[in-house]
Amino acid sequence: MATVIIPTPLRKFTNNTAKLDIAAGTVEEALLDLSANYPDLKKHLFDEGGHIRTFLNIFIGEDDIRDLQAGKTPLHDNTVVSIVPAIAGGSTDGYH
Amino acid sequence: MIQIEPNIERLMLGDALQAFPDECCGFMLGKETGDERILTDILIVNNSKEGDKRRRFEIAPKDYLKAERYADEKGLALLAVYHSHPNHPAIPSEHDRVAAQPFFSYIIVSVIDGKFDHLRSWRLNEEQQFEEETIIFDIRQKTLDFGLVPA
Repeated sequence: MATVIIPTPLRKFTNNTAKLDIAAGTVEEALLDLSANYPDLKKHLFDEGGHIRTFLNIFIGEDDIRDLQAGKTPLHDNTVVSIVPAIAGGSTDGYH
Repeated sequence: MIQIEPNIERLMLGDALQAFPDECCGFMLGKETGDERILTDILIVNNSKEGDKRRRFEIAPKDYLKAERYADEKGLALLAVYHSHPNHPAIPSEHDRVAAQPFFSYIIVSVIDGKFDHLRSWRLNEEQQFEEETIIFDIRQKTLDFGLVPA
Protein backbone atom coordinates (compact mmCIF):
# COMPACT_ATOMS: atom_id res chain seq x y z
CA MET A 1 0.00 0.00 0.00
CA ALA A 2 1.07 3.57 -0.66
CA THR A 3 1.29 6.11 2.15
CA VAL A 4 -0.34 9.51 1.68
CA ILE A 5 0.96 12.39 3.79
CA ILE A 6 -1.79 14.86 4.65
CA PRO A 7 -0.56 18.46 5.04
CA THR A 8 -1.31 20.30 8.30
CA PRO A 9 -4.11 22.55 6.93
CA LEU A 10 -6.09 19.56 5.63
CA ARG A 11 -5.76 17.33 8.69
CA LYS A 12 -8.92 18.70 10.25
CA PHE A 13 -10.74 16.88 7.44
CA THR A 14 -9.02 13.54 8.21
CA ASN A 15 -9.65 13.46 11.97
CA ASN A 16 -6.15 14.91 12.50
CA THR A 17 -4.53 11.93 10.81
CA ALA A 18 -1.24 12.87 9.16
CA LYS A 19 -0.46 9.63 7.30
CA LEU A 20 -2.88 7.26 5.61
CA ASP A 21 -2.13 3.95 3.95
CA ILE A 22 -4.14 3.54 0.77
CA ALA A 23 -4.41 0.66 -1.69
CA ALA A 24 -4.74 2.42 -5.05
CA GLY A 25 -3.22 1.98 -8.48
CA THR A 26 -2.64 5.64 -9.33
CA VAL A 27 -2.37 9.03 -7.63
CA GLU A 28 -5.82 10.01 -8.86
CA GLU A 29 -7.36 6.81 -7.51
CA ALA A 30 -5.70 7.44 -4.16
CA LEU A 31 -7.15 10.97 -3.99
CA LEU A 32 -10.61 9.71 -5.00
CA ASP A 33 -10.36 7.04 -2.33
CA LEU A 34 -9.44 9.72 0.22
CA SER A 35 -12.40 11.85 -0.89
CA ALA A 36 -14.75 8.88 -0.48
CA ASN A 37 -13.51 8.22 3.05
CA TYR A 38 -13.33 11.90 4.05
CA PRO A 39 -16.05 13.75 2.06
CA ASP A 40 -15.18 17.18 3.51
CA LEU A 41 -11.70 16.80 2.04
CA LYS A 42 -12.94 16.44 -1.54
CA LYS A 43 -13.39 20.13 -2.35
CA HIS A 44 -9.84 20.76 -1.19
CA LEU A 45 -8.45 18.09 -3.54
CA PHE A 46 -10.59 18.45 -6.67
CA ASP A 47 -12.10 21.43 -8.48
CA GLU A 48 -15.68 21.49 -9.78
CA GLY A 49 -14.53 19.86 -13.02
CA GLY A 50 -13.13 16.90 -11.11
CA HIS A 51 -9.51 17.86 -11.75
CA ILE A 52 -6.84 18.05 -9.06
CA ARG A 53 -6.98 21.62 -7.73
CA THR A 54 -4.61 24.21 -9.15
CA PHE A 55 -3.49 25.29 -5.68
CA LEU A 56 -2.36 21.79 -4.82
CA ASN A 57 0.89 20.04 -5.66
CA ILE A 58 1.28 16.29 -5.38
CA PHE A 59 4.73 14.86 -4.84
CA ILE A 60 5.96 11.29 -5.10
CA GLY A 61 9.00 11.37 -2.91
CA GLU A 62 10.81 14.48 -4.17
CA ASP A 63 9.13 14.55 -7.60
CA ASP A 64 6.15 16.66 -8.65
CA ILE A 65 3.61 14.40 -10.41
CA ARG A 66 3.38 17.06 -13.15
CA ASP A 67 6.86 15.89 -14.11
CA LEU A 68 5.73 12.24 -14.02
CA GLN A 69 2.37 11.05 -15.35
CA ALA A 70 0.24 13.53 -13.41
CA GLY A 71 -2.87 11.84 -11.92
CA LYS A 72 -2.09 8.66 -13.78
CA THR A 73 1.25 8.23 -12.02
CA PRO A 74 1.28 4.63 -10.77
CA LEU A 75 1.63 3.84 -7.08
CA HIS A 76 3.54 0.91 -5.66
CA ASP A 77 3.96 -0.56 -2.22
CA ASN A 78 5.82 1.89 0.00
CA THR A 79 5.32 4.83 -2.40
CA VAL A 80 5.06 8.01 -0.35
CA VAL A 81 2.62 10.55 -1.75
CA SER A 82 2.76 14.06 -0.27
CA ILE A 83 -0.10 16.49 -0.74
CA VAL A 84 1.52 19.93 -0.80
CA PRO A 85 -0.71 23.00 -0.71
CA ALA A 86 0.48 25.89 -2.84
CA ILE A 87 1.33 28.85 -0.64
CA ALA A 88 1.11 32.11 -2.55
CA GLY A 89 -0.47 35.54 -2.51
CA GLY A 90 0.27 39.19 -2.89
CA SER A 91 -0.80 42.67 -1.97
CA THR A 92 -2.95 43.63 -4.94
CA ASP A 93 -5.36 42.02 -7.36
CA GLY A 94 -4.89 41.67 -11.07
CA TYR A 95 -1.19 42.42 -11.06
CA HIS A 96 1.15 39.65 -12.18
CA MET B 1 -6.33 34.66 18.83
CA ILE B 2 -2.62 34.33 18.32
CA GLN B 3 0.39 35.28 20.36
CA ILE B 4 3.74 35.82 18.66
CA GLU B 5 6.88 35.50 20.75
CA PRO B 6 8.86 38.73 20.55
CA ASN B 7 12.04 37.11 19.22
CA ILE B 8 10.36 35.60 16.19
CA GLU B 9 8.29 38.72 15.66
CA ARG B 10 11.56 40.64 15.37
CA LEU B 11 12.90 38.10 12.85
CA MET B 12 9.73 38.38 10.76
CA LEU B 13 9.84 42.19 10.78
CA GLY B 14 13.54 42.07 9.92
CA ASP B 15 12.75 39.83 6.96
CA ALA B 16 10.01 42.21 5.79
CA LEU B 17 12.33 45.23 6.00
CA GLN B 18 15.21 43.45 4.31
CA ALA B 19 13.01 42.26 1.44
CA PHE B 20 11.47 45.69 0.82
CA PRO B 21 10.36 46.71 -1.82
CA ASP B 22 9.76 43.00 -2.52
CA GLU B 23 7.40 40.82 -0.55
CA CYS B 24 8.91 38.41 1.97
CA CYS B 25 7.37 35.16 3.19
CA GLY B 26 7.80 32.37 5.69
CA PHE B 27 6.19 30.09 8.24
CA MET B 28 5.53 30.27 11.95
CA LEU B 29 5.22 27.25 14.20
CA GLY B 30 4.00 26.67 17.71
CA LYS B 31 1.25 25.14 19.78
CA GLU B 32 -2.51 25.40 19.56
CA THR B 33 -4.74 25.21 22.61
CA GLY B 34 -8.42 25.67 21.93
CA ASP B 35 -8.77 28.97 20.08
CA GLU B 36 -5.34 30.22 21.10
CA ARG B 37 -2.21 29.83 19.03
CA ILE B 38 1.20 30.55 20.51
CA LEU B 39 3.84 31.00 17.82
CA THR B 40 7.31 30.18 19.08
CA ASP B 41 9.40 29.37 16.01
CA ILE B 42 9.92 30.84 12.56
CA LEU B 43 11.13 29.61 9.20
CA ILE B 44 12.17 32.39 6.85
CA VAL B 45 11.59 31.17 3.30
CA ASN B 46 12.79 32.47 -0.04
CA ASN B 47 10.11 34.20 -2.11
CA SER B 48 10.22 31.90 -5.12
CA LYS B 49 7.84 33.95 -7.27
CA GLU B 50 9.39 34.39 -10.71
CA GLY B 51 9.49 37.94 -12.01
CA ASP B 52 8.25 40.93 -10.03
CA LYS B 53 8.10 40.15 -6.31
CA ARG B 54 6.85 43.57 -5.21
CA ARG B 55 3.21 42.47 -5.37
CA ARG B 56 3.45 38.69 -5.22
CA PHE B 57 4.96 35.92 -3.13
CA GLU B 58 5.18 32.19 -3.59
CA ILE B 59 6.66 29.43 -1.46
CA ALA B 60 8.23 26.57 -3.42
CA PRO B 61 6.65 23.15 -2.74
CA LYS B 62 9.99 21.78 -1.57
CA ASP B 63 10.24 24.58 1.02
CA TYR B 64 6.74 23.68 2.16
CA LEU B 65 7.73 20.03 2.57
CA LYS B 66 10.81 21.08 4.55
CA ALA B 67 8.60 23.16 6.85
CA GLU B 68 6.29 20.21 7.53
CA ARG B 69 9.28 17.98 8.30
CA TYR B 70 10.84 20.66 10.53
CA ALA B 71 7.57 20.94 12.47
CA ASP B 72 7.49 17.15 12.94
CA GLU B 73 11.10 17.10 14.18
CA LYS B 74 10.46 19.94 16.64
CA GLY B 75 7.15 18.56 17.87
CA LEU B 76 5.47 21.80 16.84
CA ALA B 77 2.50 22.53 14.61
CA LEU B 78 2.80 24.47 11.38
CA LEU B 79 0.26 27.18 12.19
CA ALA B 80 0.93 30.35 10.23
CA VAL B 81 2.15 31.76 6.95
CA TYR B 82 3.49 35.30 6.95
CA HIS B 83 4.18 37.68 4.11
CA SER B 84 4.68 41.39 3.66
CA HIS B 85 2.73 44.03 1.77
CA PRO B 86 5.23 46.67 0.69
CA ASN B 87 3.56 50.10 0.57
CA HIS B 88 0.16 48.52 1.15
CA PRO B 89 -1.94 47.93 4.26
CA ALA B 90 -1.95 44.52 5.95
CA ILE B 91 -5.29 43.57 4.43
CA PRO B 92 -5.52 40.41 2.32
CA SER B 93 -6.19 40.94 -1.37
CA GLU B 94 -8.57 38.81 -3.40
CA HIS B 95 -5.48 37.08 -4.74
CA ASP B 96 -4.47 36.26 -1.15
CA ARG B 97 -7.95 34.87 -0.46
CA VAL B 98 -8.22 32.68 -3.56
CA ALA B 99 -4.80 31.14 -2.91
CA ALA B 100 -5.28 30.75 0.85
CA GLN B 101 -5.47 27.40 2.60
CA PRO B 102 -7.83 26.58 5.44
CA PHE B 103 -6.51 26.37 9.00
CA PHE B 104 -3.42 28.55 8.59
CA SER B 105 -3.18 31.98 10.16
CA TYR B 106 -2.09 34.45 7.47
CA ILE B 107 0.01 37.15 9.08
CA ILE B 108 0.57 40.21 6.90
CA VAL B 109 3.23 42.83 7.64
CA SER B 110 2.71 46.27 6.13
CA VAL B 111 5.95 48.06 5.29
CA ILE B 112 5.58 51.67 4.16
CA ASP B 113 8.55 53.45 2.56
CA GLY B 114 10.92 50.85 3.98
CA LYS B 115 9.64 51.17 7.56
CA PHE B 116 7.45 48.79 9.54
CA ASP B 117 3.93 50.19 9.76
CA HIS B 118 1.63 47.54 11.23
CA LEU B 119 0.75 43.85 11.14
CA ARG B 120 -2.53 41.95 11.17
CA SER B 121 -3.50 38.29 11.05
CA TRP B 122 -6.30 36.63 9.08
CA ARG B 123 -7.83 33.19 8.81
CA LEU B 124 -10.31 31.65 6.35
CA ASN B 125 -13.75 30.87 7.72
CA GLU B 126 -16.03 28.09 6.47
CA GLU B 127 -17.27 30.37 3.66
CA GLN B 128 -13.71 30.81 2.37
CA GLN B 129 -13.67 34.44 3.54
CA PHE B 130 -10.93 35.95 5.67
CA GLU B 131 -11.70 36.91 9.25
CA GLU B 132 -9.25 38.91 11.30
CA GLU B 133 -7.60 37.23 14.28
CA THR B 134 -6.66 39.09 17.42
CA ILE B 135 -2.92 39.28 17.97
CA ILE B 136 -1.88 39.33 21.61
CA PHE B 137 1.41 41.09 22.01
CA ASP B 138 3.71 40.27 24.90
CA ILE B 139 3.17 43.37 26.99
CA ARG B 140 6.02 42.59 29.37
CA GLN B 141 8.50 42.26 26.51
CA LYS B 142 7.23 45.44 24.87
CA THR B 143 7.81 47.22 28.16
CA LEU B 144 11.37 45.98 28.23
CA ASP B 145 11.83 47.03 24.61
CA PHE B 146 10.99 50.58 25.58
CA GLY B 147 13.44 50.49 28.49
CA LEU B 148 10.78 50.55 31.18
CA VAL B 149 10.72 48.27 34.20
CA PRO B 150 7.71 45.95 34.20
CA ALA B 151 5.48 45.98 37.25
